[in-house]
Amino acid sequence: MQAPAIELREASARIGARPPRAVWSGVQLTVCPGEFVAVLGSNGSGKSTLLKAILGLVQTPPGTVEVLGGPAGAANREIGYLPQRHGFDSTLPIRGVDLVRLGLDGSRWGVALDISGAVRRRSRERVREAIELVGASAYAERPLGELSGGEQQRILIAQALVRSPRILMLDEPLDSLDLPNQAAVTALVQRICRTENVAVLLVAHDVNPLLPYLDQVIYLAGGRALQGAVEDVITGSKLSELYGVEIEVLRARDGRLVVVGQPEAPHVHGHRHD
Amino acid sequence: MANPTLSWNLVHDVHELLAYQFMVNALQAGTIVAVMAGVVGWYMVLRRQSFAGHTIAVMSFPGAAGAALAGVPGAVGYYLTCGIAALAIGREGGAGRRGRSRESAAIGVVQVAGLALGFLFLSLYSGVLEQLETLLFGTFLGIDRNQVLTLLLVAIVVLVALVLVGRPLLLASLDPEVALARGVPVRALDFGFLLILGLAVAATSQITGALLVFALLVAPPAAAQALTPRPGPSLVLSVVLALLVMWLALGISYFSIYPLGFFVTSLGFGVFLLAKLTGLARARRVRRGRGQDGAGSQEPQPVVAA
Repeated sequence: MQAPAIELREASARIGARPPRAVWSGVQLTVCPGEFVAVLGSNGSGKSTLLKAILGLVQTPPGTVEVLGGPAGAANREIGYLPQRHGFDSTLPIRGVDLVRLGLDGSRWGVALDISGAVRRRSRERVREAIELVGASAYAERPLGELSGGEQQRILIAQALVRSPRILMLDEPLDSLDLPNQAAVTALVQRICRTENVAVLLVAHDVNPLLPYLDQVIYLAGGRALQGAVEDVITGSKLSELYGVEIEVLRARDGRLVVVGQPEAPHVHGHRHD
Repeated sequence: MANPTLSWNLVHDVHELLAYQFMVNALQAGTIVAVMAGVVGWYMVLRRQSFAGHTIAVMSFPGAAGAALAGVPGAVGYYLTCGIAALAIGREGGAGRRGRSRESAAIGVVQVAGLALGFLFLSLYSGVLEQLETLLFGTFLGIDRNQVLTLLLVAIVVLVALVLVGRPLLLASLDPEVALARGVPVRALDFGFLLILGLAVAATSQITGALLVFALLVAPPAAAQALTPRPGPSLVLSVVLALLVMWLALGISYFSIYPLGFFVTSLGFGVFLLAKLTGLARARRVRRGRGQDGAGSQEPQPVVAA
């Protein structure tokens, strides 16, 4: 078995200042290269916080977060990250390719001495490949604001992919997409996960569009996390234990899962950015 | 000065423009200011910080009035208050959209206080009334060599700083969370950009006046961004339009009795309007084209031959 890409040991996260609120604690997780893992849980259960902890933006005392064999935050160049967001301003005067390009060299300071233009050609080639990989070539040259939600999402995934990351973390990439687009984007992510041997963490609200593609799920609830195969984790007994109330999981004839009775965690939106 | 007359002979007109040292100074200062405003304004418009820019500009008014009252050179007052305004706005704001909306309330308060202070200083100074108009609406008369050199220095500082942070600043402006994850110091860049903006505004408003500096900072970049979604060409176009506006305004106001600020503003507005109309027409054409072939990939020059 290969070395894990992400490993959390006894990790705990708190957010907010006075008073800090524990989001989850004692979390043990392992994600291996080439694995497609969904992060599930209700609002405020700490899904986005988990991604931020892996990026080293949230501390996790006393536990540790190991990413690609080092401490969290040390290998962020190897992580493609797509934060949760709500679409781009329709008047934003920038094209899809420009955004993808910024994913490649947006954190570089100053100007590169590039007299022969070799660096520029290589960058352009890499950007073109990433855009082709997500199937966005037809509209990558158009202003971002003119694109549909699904088209924007593909451009953003291309941005996250352009540095050939070893870990891909997508925060609710299926939000605001219609069902065919949800399926298309998920299939795309799975294909990248398999062909490039990338460890994928995908945060989602609903597990059902992901069911045919997933290797594992991480379920966050009640301040704890549960990891495993879908059929092992999303069961009435497991979720009841996690939430501490009676939960029922129904399986529809087409295989879709319906979770009944889960309480919504307290909302923390007001404090999240303080 | 003899009354300048405009003739149909353009060579003669330009010759007449350059006959006086004050006009040469004005043209040099105007050129420096236009290049700087074109670049800094481009980032400001992209970052949706026009309101912050406007407030910093308004703050140059109490700065200049206060400097006159204290008996120090006007430039000192400009740089001081614009810098303070930039710091105050930067302290209030945070990263991302939420930070920016909180910013806007703080900015409004700073702006009103600044205007009030300016008028107080001016009435305490009890100088000539004409100065008020100059402070608010600018003048191109009486720019001396030292001012031109100071402007040049400020412009070099501002432009070098922007070249160094240009790319991370662009990423942080468009996508603060990705920038943060990639180790870009987003908060420091927010602050740094406001300081750069403060410097540029202080320099520019000495020529265009406190109220109209905005025309040069906003109109050319907004027009450029409406005309093209490509960052590089858009930035260059922004500078070209700012230069065009500045030179034309200086030329016209030399031959006219009306203030420079009026022409800078009107020309800026004209450029912006034309660009918006062009942009709208193009967007409609694209939409109609997309409607016809359904799939919608009729970009003029696709990089990829898919």
